[in-house]
Formats: sequence, C-alpha cells, structure tokens
Amino acid sequence: MKFTFEPEQFAFRDAVRRFLVVEAVPEVLRAFWETQSGRSPEMRAKVTDQGLTALSVPEAFGGMGLNDLDWILILQELGYHGIPESLSDSAYLGVDILRNLPDGVALKKEWLERIAAGKARIAVGHPVNPFVADAAIADLLLLWHDDEVHATTPDAVKLTLQPSLDQSRRLYRVEWQPSAATRVCDAATGAPIWRDACDRAALSVASQLRGLAKRMLDLGVDYSAQRKQFGRPVGSFQALKHHLANVAVAVEFAGPVIHRAAYSMAHGHPQRAAHVSHARVVAGEAAWLAARNSMQAHGAMGYTWETDLQMFMKHAWALDSAWGTRAFHKSRVTAAVLADGMALGPGATFI
Amino acid sequence: MKLEYTEGQQAFRAEVRVWLAAHMPAQSLDSFDTREGFEQHRAWERTLSTAGFSAVTWPKVLGGRGCDLIEWLIFEEEYWRADAPLRVNQNGVFLLAPTLMEYGSEEQKQRFLPRMARADDIWAQGWSEPGAGSDMAAIRCKAVRDGDDYVINGQKIWSTRAVFADWLFGLFRTDPASERHRGLSFILLPLKLPGIEVRPIRQLDGLPGFAEIFFDDVRVPVANRMGEEGAGWQVAMSTAGFERGLMLRSPARFQRTAQKLVELYKRHQAEADADPSIRDAVVKSWMGAEAYALATYRIASRLAAGGKIGAEASMNKIYWSELDLLMHETALRILGARAELLPTAPDAGDVNGWLDGFLFAQAGPIYAGTNEIQRNIIAERMLGMPRA
Repeated sequence: MKFTFEPEQFAFRDAVRRFLVVEAVPEVLRAFWETQSGRSPEMRAKVTDQGLTALSVPEAFGGMGLNDLDWILILQELGYHGIPESLSDSAYLGVDILRNLPDGVALKKEWLERIAAGKARIAVGHPVNPFVADAAIADLLLLWHDDEVHATTPDAVKLTLQPSLDQSRRLYRVEWQPSAATRVCDAATGAPIWRDACDRAALSVASQLRGLAKRMLDLGVDYSAQRKQFGRPVGSFQALKHHLANVAVAVEFAGPVIHRAAYSMAHGHPQRAAHVSHARVVAGEAAWLAARNSMQAHGAMGYTWETDLQMFMKHAWALDSAWGTRAFHKSRVTAAVLADGMALGPGATFI
Repeated sequence: MKLEYTEGQQAFRAEVRVWLAAHMPAQSLDSFDTREGFEQHRAWERTLSTAGFSAVTWPKVLGGRGCDLIEWLIFEEEYWRADAPLRVNQNGVFLLAPTLMEYGSEEQKQRFLPRMARADDIWAQGWSEPGAGSDMAAIRCKAVRDGDDYVINGQKIWSTRAVFADWLFGLFRTDPASERHRGLSFILLPLKLPGIEVRPIRQLDGLPGFAEIFFDDVRVPVANRMGEEGAGWQVAMSTAGFERGLMLRSPARFQRTAQKLVELYKRHQAEADADPSIRDAVVKSWMGAEAYALATYRIASRLAAGGKIGAEASMNKIYWSELDLLMHETALRILGARAELLPTAPDAGDVNGWLDGFLFAQAGPIYAGTNEIQRNIIAERMLGMPRA
C-alpha cells in the first residue's frame, strides 16, 4: 500500500509546469481567443516537444506508453494554466480509443503515430455531450454510433458552431451519416472502448477542474494581499481568509479522490466508473466554489474582462458539464453506493 | 503508487479481526462519562494492551505493536468495523504520547508510556482556561518554581475526562513575568494531589464529560516537566502536532457512520425520499468519508516516504468535524419524529446511537481548536495570507 506518486512522475509534472509558466501566460491564451480556430500550431509544436502528445501512445507506435497515473498530474497542470482541452481530447482521449481498437484496424497505427508526432488533432463525439469540441480543426473525428466507433473528417460532416461563454471553447453540432465506410469497429468491440473512454474523459475534466480551482485560489490569495482597504490588505480580514481557506480544503480533499480514480482506470478496477464520478463531483464542486470565492476576494475587479480570473472561472463553469454533468456523475455515485452488495464502511476503500 | 495491501498487511488485518471477535465485551459498555463506565473502559484498554493493541504504533518495548501508519489505519478499520468501545485513554495515547516520544526524557518515557498502554493511568488534558480558549497563549495558570517543585495556582476548564482520570497534561505559566507564547511549560501531574479540586461540568447529554480544575498551591516535582522550562508552547505545537491531527480521528470512524447512514436510509427510503436532499446528503456523506480515508492513506504514505505535514492537520479537523455533523443531521432527518427518543424509550427502535452521535458531533467544530482558528491557520500558514 503506497498512495504516492513516484519521484519521476513529479519530475515530469514539474518540467511541464516550468514550460507552461513561460509559454502559456494569460496574454498568449487570450490572443488565441481572437483566432477562428482558437488553437495555435506553434503551441501544439511546443507541446509536442515536451512529449505531451506521445505520453500514452504505446511504444510500438512511437509513444512513451505511459498510463492514467502519469497523465493525471499533467492534466491538473493543463487546467491550472488554462490550456484548452483539445490537447487532452487528442493525446489522452483520442489515443485511448485508438490504442484499444483491435490491431487489425488499419487506422490505428497511422493515427497513433501521427498523434505521437504532434501531427494530428482528434475530436471525439459521444452523446454524453451534445456538442463536439474542436470538430472543425480536427484531422480526424471519432464518433459514437450505437456503441460502434466511427471515423470521419470535418469536411464529410455538417458542423454548426455554438459560441460559448468560454472564449477558449470551439463547440460544434455535428450532423453526419454513419456508413460502412465510416465504421471502424462493431458495437461489441466498441462498447467497452467507449465506456472507458468516457470515464477517462471525465477523469481528465476532473483533474483540469482541480487545476483551475487551484489557480483561482492562487489568484484570490495574490489579489487579497495587494488590495488595501481600511489601511491594510483585505486578505488580512478573517472573512476573506475563511472564504479562501474553504476553497483550499475543497481542493485538498479532491486530490486523493482524483488520484485514486486514475489508479482505478490504469488498473481496470471494477468500480472505476464510480471512482471517476466521485472525482468529477468533488472537482466540480471545488472549482465552482473557487470561482465564487475568488471572485468575492477580487471584489469588483473580479467582474471585469481585464482581470485574468475570468479566463479560469469561465473555463471551470463550462468544463463542469463536459463528459457528463455533475448530476450525471452524482447519479452514478448514488447508484453505486446504494447498490445491493456494495462494499461500504471501514476497510472497503481499497477492495 | 500501489493501492493494494501486502500479504503482511492482510495477515495483520486478519489477526486483528479474529482477536477482536474473540475479545469484544459481551455487552456494550456504559458511557465512560460515568464512574462504572469509566472503569469498564479501563478494563477494556487493559485487554487491548495484552495484544499490544492499545497503542499499536508504539514500539513493542513500551507496550505497543511497532505498527507503521498503514497498519494503524488497518487496525482502526477493523476496530470500527467491530463497533468496539470508544477509547477512554485517547487523550493519552493519541495526543500526549506522540509528544512524549519526541520531547520526553528517556526516564519520562519509561515512567509514563507503559502505564499508559495498560491504562494504569488514564489521562486528561489541561489546555483551556476561562480566559484562554481559542486564544490559548493567554494562559495564566501559574507554576512557580520552588526548589525541586513547581507550585501551581490557577484554573483550567473544559478538561475532557478529568472527572475520573488519573493524570493531567497541559501548559502552565512558569515565568510569571512572561506574556503570550513565552514562559509556558508543559507539565504532567496526578489529579489526586492535595490542593486540586475537580468540579464536573455536565455536557449536553447530561453527563460529566469534562471539568473545571482548581489549583491551590499544588506541588509538582520539576521532573514532571516535559521539555525545557519556558518551551512549553513549542512542545505543544511541535511536529508531533501532525500526528495529533492525523490520529485523533481515524477515517474508519466516519466510514462506519457513513455505512450505517446508508443502511438507515435504505430502511427508511420510502419516507426519506419525500425530500430528495436527504438522499443527496447520504451520498455526500459516503463521498466525504471515502475522501477522508483516501486523504489519510495519502498522508500516511507521504510520511512513510519521509515527508512532513503541518497545517494539513487543520484541514483534516475541519473536514471530519463538518462531515460528522452532516452525517448525524441527516440521520436525524431520516428518523423524523423518533429521532428525539432516548435509547431507553420503549419505541426507540433503530434510533439507537444516532442521538448520542448527533450531540457529540455538535462539539466537533469547537474542540481541538475551533474550525475558525483552523481556517485562520490554513489561510496564514498554508496560503500565506497576511496576519490581521
């Protein structure tokens, strides 16, 4: 029993963090908002240099062959730095679907190698989301149809842009016709692939939300130390301290839940869906609490376009309904907890 | 990361489970806030100590089992799973002992710890005073040096277990000219000394769970001081603080309550579902207990790897105390009109235990440092926010 990450996992996380601190500053991300795609080929190239696109691509396909536990710390950093979720959609989620396809599927090798090399963006469509993020600039669309996996390209489908509160998001309604030509695998093969892919997507969202919560907490702490009223920093007032301490507690206790869910995904734990949903619920709660309380710490400045807090708040509000609303995830936890025969109580945590 | 128990850990769990099944008291004990119940609990602690189970993390030579923190968690899981008695000597075993291990002299360890493990001595704590609650540095109770003794005068209050306990540990002002955190010393003393008057305070359930203690020229040997004279604050707040923050309330306790709450809800689901927020609170309770368990395993693993924690203890305190309130409030909401019934009520049915737990949960956000103080600690020491 050892519930800690390995030193090399922390070292990789730290390297990614150092990279993002320099490259993903808010002004840069805001500049992407103004572009049609919202994405930057230059940034994707830099991210590829960091190894992020190759992380969980199997070594046989030019990747590093790492798993959910290696991803989970990175995903939190992506959230913390407000990196749009398209990286996770391609390199974590898209890779997961592709690598679990049978080896005979021609598409598998080609696209895994391209993703690892940073030469492909993948967008994934599943009915748990009404819209598909980044569908227009995807090189490949992986779409659900009755548990089958289908693959197509943006030019073969009808896309309707849905502008979002979150300026970093590019959401599309995708209308398309499944056919023998688009079908990659049948429902029997596809069902377990989709099941785990949806859970990985939700886990990714959970970790990003925790990163966002941490960022909003840090912004609130910084601002409250600088802003003075009544002759002293507003952060010295107990009311504000307690607002932000409550956020810190929520962020802290979401961590082990998320990390256990990652372990469960990496090891195919029978309760992994419930573990992921638990993580998703507490991460969503932490992120929304962080948004609200950090906003309060910022006073009127928090309500402005200029203050960077808005970038992270809006991302958190939006992401909280991606890959299953909090209601969806809480209902899955509820079903698990109330199920007959569910092991509850002391000693049941790691069964 | 490896979230599976080793064979050795599984064997230890099996050993504890079998031992508890063989040794559990046939009937549930009376409250340890009664004279009879106190002695029943002392006898149970003695039984535990025959297997080294009264203080599993202590070295064997001092009466423990030499367990690491993961084994401690396993022990606690089995203990709460068995609904074994509450720990009458928890102030000693979980609060004082870690400090003694770090700051006590070898003589003091030999003198106090084996007796504590056998419950020969049951300990009460003496921190708060009428003018020093959340502001503990305002302690005024004096211990003035006179030859090889300290002469103690003053008053302590809210001293848990002090009505029936044998010994007391706490902070006293040994430098009368000092202020605040300076000039305090950590002193251990028998409660039966001449000049000590213990006045029981009835708590919410009507029982004398804590007491006021009056000191009138009470002589205590200087050898009963732990750590340097004047260093009492540092001793009390030392790194051992994290063990207190970790060990005072093991997650198993809350997981047991959450499990019982789920069972209670299922038995009363038809009525309870009239308010969907009840079901939500039940699920939230399970999630909270699970998260607390996971967080504690993580801290235990980090400490095993040589890590340190400090103010996280404050987060734990807030987390479990609010969780405990949520769970017991939810239970009372489910029980409805029968929730108020005492266990002696003929029609009490399955209300047994929830009301006691509900009352005790009210104290959680107050004792061991109010949650407001804990939030200040988090804000100032973890987040680096400016002091007032």
